[in-house]
Amino acid sequence: MSLAISSPHRTRGERVGQVMRMVIYCTAPGMATLMAFFGWGSLFQVWLCILACVVGEAVVLSLRGRDPRHELKDCSAILTGLLLGLCLPPYAPWWIAISGSLFAIVVAKQLYGGLGMNPFNPAMVGYVFLLISFPIAMTSWTPPLALSATPPGLIDSIMLIATGNTWDGQSLQTLRAGIDGFTMATPLDHLRTDIAQGQMISEVVNQQVFGAFAGFGWEWVNLAFLIGGGVLLQQKIISWHIPIGLLTGLFGSALIFYVWNPDVYASPMFHLLTGGSMLGAFFIATDPVTACTSARGRWYYGLGIGVLVYVIRTFGGYPDAIAFAVLLLNLAAPTIDHYTVPRAYGQPSRKILAPVPSGTAPRSTADSATASRTQNKDPAS
Amino acid sequence: MSRQLFGFPGGIVLDDHKDRAAENPIEWLPLPPLLVLPLKQHAGLPAIPVVTEGQRVHYGQLLAKPAAGRSAGVHAPADGEISFIGLHPVPDDSNQYQPCIGICTDETGAHEEEELVDDVCLSDDDLRERIAQAGIVGLGGAGFPSAQKLTETPVKWLIINGAECEPYISCDDRLMQERAPAIIEGVQILARLLKPELVLFAIEDNKPAAITAVAEACHETNIELVVIPTKYPSGAQKQLIQNLLGFEIPRGKHSVDLGVVMYNTGTCYAIARAIAHSEPLLRRIVTVTGDAVDRPGNYDVAIGTPIEYVLQSAGLNPNKLRRVIMGGPIMGIALNELSAPVSKLTNCLIAAGPDELDETLAPRPCIRCGDCMEVCPASLLPQQLFWHIESEQHEKAAALDLAVCIECGACAYVCPSQIPLVQYYRHGKAVLRQQQQERLAAQQAKARFDAREQRLQQKQQQRAQRKLAAAPALTEPEPVTVAAVVVTKNDAEIDASKPVIAQHNDRLADVLAAAQRAKAKKQQTDATPPESSS
Ligand code: SF4
Ligand code: SF4
Repeated sequence: MSLAISSPHRTRGERVGQVMRMVIYCTAPGMATLMAFFGWGSLFQVWLCILACVVGEAVVLSLRGRDPRHELKDCSAILTGLLLGLCLPPYAPWWIAISGSLFAIVVAKQLYGGLGMNPFNPAMVGYVFLLISFPIAMTSWTPPLALSATPPGLIDSIMLIATGNTWDGQSLQTLRAGIDGFTMATPLDHLRTDIAQGQMISEVVNQQVFGAFAGFGWEWVNLAFLIGGGVLLQQKIISWHIPIGLLTGLFGSALIFYVWNPDVYASPMFHLLTGGSMLGAFFIATDPVTACTSARGRWYYGLGIGVLVYVIRTFGGYPDAIAFAVLLLNLAAPTIDHYTVPRAYGQPSRKILAPVPSGTAPRSTADSATASRTQNKDPAS
Repeated sequence: MSRQLFGFPGGIVLDDHKDRAAENPIEWLPLPPLLVLPLKQHAGLPAIPVVTEGQRVHYGQLLAKPAAGRSAGVHAPADGEISFIGLHPVPDDSNQYQPCIGICTDETGAHEEEELVDDVCLSDDDLRERIAQAGIVGLGGAGFPSAQKLTETPVKWLIINGAECEPYISCDDRLMQERAPAIIEGVQILARLLKPELVLFAIEDNKPAAITAVAEACHETNIELVVIPTKYPSGAQKQLIQNLLGFEIPRGKHSVDLGVVMYNTGTCYAIARAIAHSEPLLRRIVTVTGDAVDRPGNYDVAIGTPIEYVLQSAGLNPNKLRRVIMGGPIMGIALNELSAPVSKLTNCLIAAGPDELDETLAPRPCIRCGDCMEVCPASLLPQQLFWHIESEQHEKAAALDLAVCIECGACAYVCPSQIPLVQYYRHGKAVLRQQQQERLAAQQAKARFDAREQRLQQKQQQRAQRKLAAAPALTEPEPVTVAAVVVTKNDAEIDASKPVIAQHNDRLADVLAAAQRAKAKKQQTDATPPESSS
């Protein structure tokens, strides 16, 4: 078809880059809090991931004969790198960041056709790829600086990521020890292993690594991402359906189990403010490309992720469930879309899309229903 | 003023850009030396010329009579001589040459007002006749002949649309400010003919002066002024009805089926002129604006005035001019030929400067952000429609109610990837229309073929019967023709040894027995209690 000059002659302008940049800026409070509690590590992970994503995308785009300078301006590669970097353990080795990013951009995004064509959230695909390939490195979170026996400084952080050892030869394993000498995992890890060993929630949460509501430090990180997410909502960059749906799903499922048996199941507040809950709700699940499209569909989509996050965290075997839950719902998004088409103006009812075999006459669901009914009438033929 | 509004989904808030042109009073534009009157300035077929080249015509004379259907007459806005009847550029979305009548004018256009006619002394039929004769069409843009909306059956709601929701346009605003009493006169004529239960006059709240003027003119009438919030596209017919009355027009129905008739303010004014001054539709108010004109404003322009002439009269600065849009920036069309004339449907001309409108950018891929869906006043899924049409799966787009799209452009306005969505919808609709026509043609061809086959068969039968009648009768032929239908399917079973008639009887017995069996079986199943069946 020809694209002549057409109405509208004035628009709000091209804003893909602007929207992505806004999301990037809104991660700042969470990023800062993460660094305040866990040191410089996250910053370097984020830089490494962004670098790898941008370079990876530029190379693939050139191979595909596209103009990388034009396409990189949409900032989506930077955002993918940023989100992946925020999910990585702060002192994971450099090749983790690089390989995860390249997998995310090259396999999960560009091989599907680039921006807008990928069915799965690239950052989460990268994350799951790393988690499955390098489980040990990916679960080696260090304790918050304040609880750490040997908190790493700036130079140590770089050395750790680049070589695996600090300047004076300490390894990541020694760094993972808390003040009391025990190896520290994330609060979510603690919860799972200790509960599995028969401890009660009230005993588990008395440990240092737990704060007032959730994990020490983690609750602040989550609150900071919540603030950034609030700005996104207020700026209408994202709609409320997915984040609120996700948090409702998570809170609701946690509440049910908590009310049923508070000794074994952590409180809903713990779940909202631990791990990647807020980052996932406002920044990851809201990736428009891989989410549902209609308002109602998005609400179900968010709800589904929330419930799955709880289920995987509580009954599954992985440290944090955001990535798996998001990918699973990515998979379900087309189906949800299929059943949540809004009722168009002047139409009798909401319709469920009938699969239309291409090349046949346009056919509404009502028509195909009558067609099948008439077919049923003469089974003898 | 305190009427409850129901709102409508979606919509966008736009900068109105109205002040520049809306500040100045309406200005009378002198006649150009040549007027060009398109024969199609309305929804239906082109009008049929009733004058010839070289003929002298005078002010208000009928030049072309309405064709069948949604057509309207065309009148001469000035004295002059017919210079041509033929193809000329016209200002519509086709941007093509279409049949027009040219008039070389030989006067300045100042006319003494005809004496006023009081509508009270005219009968309803007279009023209808006069409106029909005046060639008035909906001046809001749809171009539906106004007389054809004057149904005999009384309507429930008469809505006057003064929303004017597109940016830049202020012709209705100015008209309401300056000539509200005449508009209200027109509304009352309509109310008299339609006998509605309620007359609503809707104006967007960004036009305070117009609201005051209309409120004053409505005083002591039963017209209810409703101020609606400024939101595009609140002036679209369906959205305005939804907002004021709270219901949708079901697919396949017209608003009049539900008892709603809507007129634009400019149309009401034209109707008042047609009755009170016996004046057909000869002039209209056109907003002329944009960075490339020095004197933006609203001009009272003779229909048929070349757009170039209008722009020059408004102080066109050719160096600044980048594009001329007829209509608003959201739904308007870009004009290729400035020699095209102002038509009955030209409400606004934007002579856009370099930074005023978007340049066509290479669209980025859709990121499925859903912004388009949020603003769609028809609750469609614009991005899904776009994907389907882009991949030429038009049936899927049709299944998602592409037909409901009013092409308001709200989705394309907000799309962060600058995808020309409306253009895709127009393309999709055109393809579907074409497919529909092809199917229709195929159906007709098949019907013709079947009819021919039937005719041939009949002839053959007749021939056979004639032969049979001519031959001496051996057996009773009548029962054969009745039972033949049953038999033909089972030719194989026919036992050649039995006489034909006996075979028929056997066959009939079989059928009857089978029916009996089926009936017995059904009775049995019906009688069986449901518990025992498991
Ligand atoms: S607004 Fe544009 S980019 Fe966003 S979903 Fe609609 S078509 Fe896609
Ligand atoms: S142009 Fe059509 S699809 Fe787009 S917003 Fe308007 S009605 Fe909806």
